[in-house]
Amino acid sequence: MSTDTAAAVDTADAHDDHDDHEHISDSQYIGIALGLAVLTALEVATAVGSVEEALGSLLVPVLMIMMIMKFVVVALYFMHLKFDNKILTQVFFAGLILAAAVYAIFLSAFRFWA
Amino acid sequence: MADVLTPAVEDHADHGHDDHHEEHLPTNTGLSHNKLGMWVFLGSECLLFGGLISTFLLLKGRHEGQVEEGLIEGEAALATEVFDIWFTSLSSFVLLMSSLTMVLAVSAANRGDSVRTRLWLTTTAFLGSVFIAGQVYEFTSFVREGLGYTTNQFSSAFYTLTGFHGIHVTLGILMLVALVMLSFSGRLNKGNAETVEIVGLYWHFVDVVWIFVFTIVYLVP
Repeated sequence: MSTDTAAAVDTADAHDDHDDHEHISDSQYIGIALGLAVLTALEVATAVGSVEEALGSLLVPVLMIMMIMKFVVVALYFMHLKFDNKILTQVFFAGLILAAAVYAIFLSAFRFWA
Repeated sequence: MADVLTPAVEDHADHGHDDHHEEHLPTNTGLSHNKLGMWVFLGSECLLFGGLISTFLLLKGRHEGQVEEGLIEGEAALATEVFDIWFTSLSSFVLLMSSLTMVLAVSAANRGDSVRTRLWLTTTAFLGSVFIAGQVYEFTSFVREGLGYTTNQFSSAFYTLTGFHGIHVTLGILMLVALVMLSFSGRLNKGNAETVEIVGLYWHFVDVVWIFVFTIVYLVP
């Protein structure tokens, strides 16, 4: 990588890093939070007996999908990963994926899934 | 490599630390080292909470197995039946809304609006305190019903996991209070708004962990 290229990358990265907050207005943040609140309400609704029975074996997958949706929204918008430098996303997800892999193996070793 | 580093070093020397616009100082990655450091820390925290959640799942499964086989009964068999889903849902909602107030604080700090920054930081700390108060109440009521820390494998794993999360929230509240005090003393301004953002990242992470804990511990049957 030449010096010029490196400088250009640095400039672009720095630009990405510092302009991240200008993409979303406060009212949009409130809208996102309302969406998260609705998802939480839907999650809690699954604890109601009739809903739980209606979902049957789909209950856990549905809960997992809503949980992951909430996580992704908070990470992308509230933590600004959508607008920040991709290195930050990689650093965070490296830890997350490593943890998921290590503990999936850990649980397998104890025959958790059986 | 030396060629790549040299301009950054020279630039740094030119501007120096006297310049209050530290966010414009170039680094090798073009990123703030403080922010990158926080993300690395949060990545490592995934391993901590991953371990706690996995252990909880494992011990909960073993506890249920023991109850089914009739190996334990009475108070020793207590587990999720002591949960009050509606109360915990309200606590979860409060913590979720604290993420909104935190992001509004970061937004205000980036605009250089000190008054609103203090307002949202204080609100976030208050909502975090409400969450912790709820957790203390919840723990107390569980113990009264007979589910102590050493009652069974389920309770040990449950209190360890949720307790560790509570400690993280408490540390976050202390950081928020410190930011408010810095702001009142005039040492928190647009030039170092990144400090608010970094504390915000920690706070959102704590919220993200609760999103996982709430679903896995309280909602999954």
